Amino acid sequence: MIQFDRFSLANGLRVLVHEDHSTPMAVVNVLYDVGARDESESKTGFAHLFEHLMFGGSVNVPNYDDPLQLAGGENNAFTTNDLTNYYCQLPAQNIETAFWLESDRMLSLAFSKKSLEVQRKVVCEEFKEHYINKPYGDVWFKMRELAYKVHPYKWQTIGKELSHIENAKIEDVKNFFFKHYRPSNAILVVAGDVTTAQVTELAEKWFGDIPAGEKYERNLPQEPKQTEPRRLEVKANVPLDAFYKCWHVGSRLDSTYYAMDLITEILGGGGSSRLYQALVKEKKLFSNIDCYHFGSTDAGLLAIEGKLVKGVKLQDAEKAVEEELTKIKNEKVSESELEKVKNKTESAIAFEDMSVMNRASSIAMYELLGDAQLMNTELSKYQQVTVAEIQKLSNEIFDENNSNTLYYYAN
Amino acid sequence: MANRTIAPKIIDPVEFDLHLKPYEKKTLDNGIEVYAIDAGAEEVLQIEWVFFAGNWYEQQNMIAATTNFLLKNGTASKTAFQISEHFEYYGAYLNRGCYNETSTITLHCLNKHIEELLPVVQELITEATFPEDELKLYKQNNKQRLSVNLKKCDFVANRHIDEYLFGIDHPYGKYSSAEAYDAVDRDQLKAFYDQFYRHGKCILFVAGKIPANLFAQLNKYFGSLPLNNKALPEVTHPIVQSPNIGSPIRLSNDPDGVQGAVRMARPFPNRHHPDFLNVQVLNTLFGGFFGSRLMNNIREDKGYTYGIHSYLQNHIHSSAWMITTEAGKDVCDATVKEVYKEMKKLREKSVDDEELLLVKNFMMGSILGDLDGPFHIIGRWKNIILNDLDESYFYNSIRAIKSITPAEIQELANKYLQPKDFYELVVV
Repeated sequence: MIQFDRFSLANGLRVLVHEDHSTPMAVVNVLYDVGARDESESKTGFAHLFEHLMFGGSVNVPNYDDPLQLAGGENNAFTTNDLTNYYCQLPAQNIETAFWLESDRMLSLAFSKKSLEVQRKVVCEEFKEHYINKPYGDVWFKMRELAYKVHPYKWQTIGKELSHIENAKIEDVKNFFFKHYRPSNAILVVAGDVTTAQVTELAEKWFGDIPAGEKYERNLPQEPKQTEPRRLEVKANVPLDAFYKCWHVGSRLDSTYYAMDLITEILGGGGSSRLYQALVKEKKLFSNIDCYHFGSTDAGLLAIEGKLVKGVKLQDAEKAVEEELTKIKNEKVSESELEKVKNKTESAIAFEDMSVMNRASSIAMYELLGDAQLMNTELSKYQQVTVAEIQKLSNEIFDENNSNTLYYYAN
Repeated sequence: MANRTIAPKIIDPVEFDLHLKPYEKKTLDNGIEVYAIDAGAEEVLQIEWVFFAGNWYEQQNMIAATTNFLLKNGTASKTAFQISEHFEYYGAYLNRGCYNETSTITLHCLNKHIEELLPVVQELITEATFPEDELKLYKQNNKQRLSVNLKKCDFVANRHIDEYLFGIDHPYGKYSSAEAYDAVDRDQLKAFYDQFYRHGKCILFVAGKIPANLFAQLNKYFGSLPLNNKALPEVTHPIVQSPNIGSPIRLSNDPDGVQGAVRMARPFPNRHHPDFLNVQVLNTLFGGFFGSRLMNNIREDKGYTYGIHSYLQNHIHSSAWMITTEAGKDVCDATVKEVYKEMKKLREKSVDDEELLLVKNFMMGSILGDLDGPFHIIGRWKNIILNDLDESYFYNSIRAIKSITPAEIQELANKYLQPKDFYELVVV
């Protein structure tokens, strides 16, 4: 049970405090309710580029990193299709430094041209390092475009193409900031060796006078139900043929989320999972195979991917995957197999909760979903999933008309 | 109203008095040492069995790594599937890792399941069978994985730079190949297993919220095994450095590559050398954290790369000082030039007090954060014990951070940051 206190400032900033006096550290986590799904299709990759710019100096503080490091702190940030999260950890005595830095960049950035110029290049190198200069690095650019026709999940967080990042203008940066980086669009979580009274005072002092701004109302086109199979084949300079297939699943708050998560564990989690045992170990068709989902806020994707053993045909590999899916659709999983994946989930949650940094970011994410208290009921929701639900949901998800298949051929 | 133009007052972390929580040490009936850190709020445990069964002790490439990997792929009474299923059923993670001197089996689990899990770990150490079909599959899948990795410039660069530093026959310098996988033979695995696991030398590291009966449980399952009876063989490996030190090496791996992997490295002594701890401070300033000289210049000013880092390799016998980055293909040479420029600056101009204080505070804050939680604390102890050091190493490292002066930093830069002593490699 993770305890926390919660209050809001007049400008709409939500603040949550999680006291843990067993650590000498404090964590300050600021989550902004903006991700790649909020970008326009002609300017993709912007939310993530913007995350870089948040370190390029704010209106009163020329450099974010130096004062934090001087106070003994470390920080980082990440952007997803749904959200942008900034976190820092520092000795609890110096926590006010983090309030000063985080509040000043919420107040306003410096909008430095030099920072934009440099970070455009840095992000282009990041793009190259992870998506161009890597075998199979372009798969999810293609798969997302295949699976999503309307919803902005059709592009990746890093962006659709390098040119969108190269063309970013300082005006775009300013507009984005004042549209999305307002207190009413943010969640502040403070955790570690702190008290709620202390955080209340510091939050008022540093964040209280930031203008509320206009609340951003998200209004995204939802993806219509897919009604026929989609297929794509590509050829690239890679050593092995690879198979990718994904299906549409519900949103993060959908009641089927827990059964869906457990289905991916049954099929693809670890050495005793079904796909690994049947297709890697017994039939020797794949050299590796994984099953996972994206955990996205809006309706997401469940994916199976693997590299084929040399000499195996993609058609035969797909047929063998389908046989496993037919099995989970036609036969109930055993109670003990379900128990296994529930036990794995229970221990994954326990290990994740060990770090105060993880607890802080979980609190922020669940608050974004609607209520931080949700994190304390997750395990019981997994426990309630039945073998009948697994079977019913498998039949709904693994419908060929709901599927997107990519054959990735080696040259 | 807060005055935003003035930084809030801080306590300089360099003034902190840091302590490494002492371990509790017990010895099993057969002499196995157990180091334990009892801490944390969650009912979880991490148990690590460290064997002196790394590639230092193998007679042929890949034998140590393959033996370690296949430990959980079959015992006298269980198949690979049954072993995986057993650990996964109890929500436990059983990992193994093979390093240079040592190899490990690591168990993470909820305390309530420990009694179901220990007997099966015992089985892995006493009854592993290395089935032929598991070995065949392992070879096939690893060769496939290798063929994918060989397309990556960073992977290829890492192999070459280690080879330059230590030689292709040295445990720190050798690497995998399709031929090496093909040459692995089941009998070699069984012999290696028998000598270095079943009758090997083992140390245990335990951390978490430790149940009262854990030691008795460990003694029950591991205290009567024939471990720690025989002395380890004395094995030495001569280092054979490549002669191409101090001159640029450029390799082409992928004609379509858009980035190059830059690796610059020099040989460096191990942790027992008197300069080692002070050099850690110089390294942090140079390229060891986000605010380092290299990061500030090459990422934050020039935008040549997503990241650039320097570090001392984590080896027991002999280390190396390494600079790594992936940079745009057409700015790799410019990146190398800037790295040398930063070395020169450190040699010629002493660091100002303000910058050095920032580095010191950062390092102290980072250690304080890293002493948080049982798994981190046992990790520090493990490092100390396996390197044949004692707790004075920790306190000396704190002292080094607190007391090092700009003049000492400059002296070390002059001693160690000389381009002629570095291998310089770019792989596109």
